[in-house]
Amino acid sequence: MSDIEAIWRAESGRVLATLIRLLRDFDRAEEALHDAFLAASEQWPKTGVPGNPRAWLVSAGRFKAIDRIRRRAKFADIATEIAATEEEAWMPEDAEPIADDALRLIFTCCHPEIPADGRIALTLREVAGLTTEEIAAAFLSRTPAIAQRIVRVKALIRELALPYEVPEPEQLAGRLDAVLHVIYLIFNEGYSASHGEAAIRTELCAEAIRLCRQLVELRPEPDALGLLALLLLQDARRGARVGPEGDIVLLADQDRQRWDRAQIREGTALVRRAFAHQPVAAYTIEAAIAAVHCAAATAEETDWAEIAALYDVLVRADGSPVVQLNRAVAVAMRNGPEAGLRLIEDLLERGELGRFRYAHAAKADLLRRLGRSHEARAAYERALQFTEQAAERRFIDGRISGLAD
Amino acid sequence: MRYLCLVHTGPDIFSGLSEAERREFDRDSLNYDKDLEASGHFIAAEALQGPETAVIVKVRSGEMSTTDGPFSETKEHLGGFILIEARDMNEAIRLAAGIPMARLATIEVRPVYSIPDPDRP
Repeated sequence: MSDIEAIWRAESGRVLATLIRLLRDFDRAEEALHDAFLAASEQWPKTGVPGNPRAWLVSAGRFKAIDRIRRRAKFADIATEIAATEEEAWMPEDAEPIADDALRLIFTCCHPEIPADGRIALTLREVAGLTTEEIAAAFLSRTPAIAQRIVRVKALIRELALPYEVPEPEQLAGRLDAVLHVIYLIFNEGYSASHGEAAIRTELCAEAIRLCRQLVELRPEPDALGLLALLLLQDARRGARVGPEGDIVLLADQDRQRWDRAQIREGTALVRRAFAHQPVAAYTIEAAIAAVHCAAATAEETDWAEIAALYDVLVRADGSPVVQLNRAVAVAMRNGPEAGLRLIEDLLERGELGRFRYAHAAKADLLRRLGRSHEARAAYERALQFTEQAAERRFIDGRISGLAD
Repeated sequence: MRYLCLVHTGPDIFSGLSEAERREFDRDSLNYDKDLEASGHFIAAEALQGPETAVIVKVRSGEMSTTDGPFSETKEHLGGFILIEARDMNEAIRLAAGIPMARLATIEVRPVYSIPDPDRP
């Protein structure tokens, strides 16, 4: 990878965020970002990469944008305005003043005036740098629909002249949830990439953690602490999560030597801090569960009693069927397969998880452990009906052929 | 990714423009191609003569036949195209919106489909 490509991957999101703030227009900022990198690809091979490439790119982008605006004479009024702010917006070598631009941008993209479906699409594109096509694939939607949603939301932000700022603490209520949710989605898109070559897109995980860390520094709200803890603890296991063939390695089979201990310590300390505040946020409880997993030196030493108790708390904060399914699995580990099986069968009877492959696979696993091979086979086959991913199908096929007759 | 911007025009789209305005418009159009070239987005662009200048060709059962253009009855026709390289659909839309013809005609932005090589499964 060339220097410029590496810098594009690391910096383009943050440069864009700053340009959007400076130019107050998404499209103009994207154009300026493109121009800035084009200028870099011409100049840097001759002059070398500057000491602070981000500041260089912001400055070049702004200059190019002003140049373009002046050429399109009809926008003269805005050009004058930008020219006037040029002095104060001067970028010092130290990039500190622009450090939280991406975070501001998320708060703008997730503004309550913006429709919920537009917030996520726009943030994933402008902050996480996903393409329209990748976002459409991740949300099982059509590219033209997502593209137009993004166009509309950008126009709305311009029309309403939404400010680019992190709200003051007293205005934070009602705004934080959407921002945390979208940071969580950015992390997830990196952690189990629905698109692209790699199963894990490290740069997205790192960006989500960076944004969440910044949020915690600026506004140390308990929910944000909980999310940061959760991201750190999940990310700590990233290196052990993919096998040499690119297959996903289950938690129980992971090489725990490869977990990032420093990150686990930091995440666990954050969980304790977040737990001091009532009511405890769902992210915090999920983080606590992750911390219990991380604390076990081997899979066998996992404190399932603690995990099941935490799921009891989580179900009260987030009663979704998927959380209840996870709780049932934890109960099975604590009280034995029969207790878990009863819970899963109840859940399946209620219908919401009927097409959810993990529900059938979990049921099959418990039946297998109870030696009820016949029923286990039927449940595995039901899981296969709803499984399209090749690696997962291989996994289930392997379980079926391992059943006693 | 490559995107083809198809310019769909109707008859008389230039009728509201004076001679000087028309020249200015053509200058803008040529300049925009140069802008796209300078920014690395440009692959190819052409304007097309009217559908009345076209001949339709087909081969069926080994026999070639020709007819006049089929679009002569419809109002809208393909007036030109710009093939661009863009990061994604939204960038392609932004670039298409800058095409001067977008102000007088409509532009259809279509992603290019790469035919998979049948000899390389």
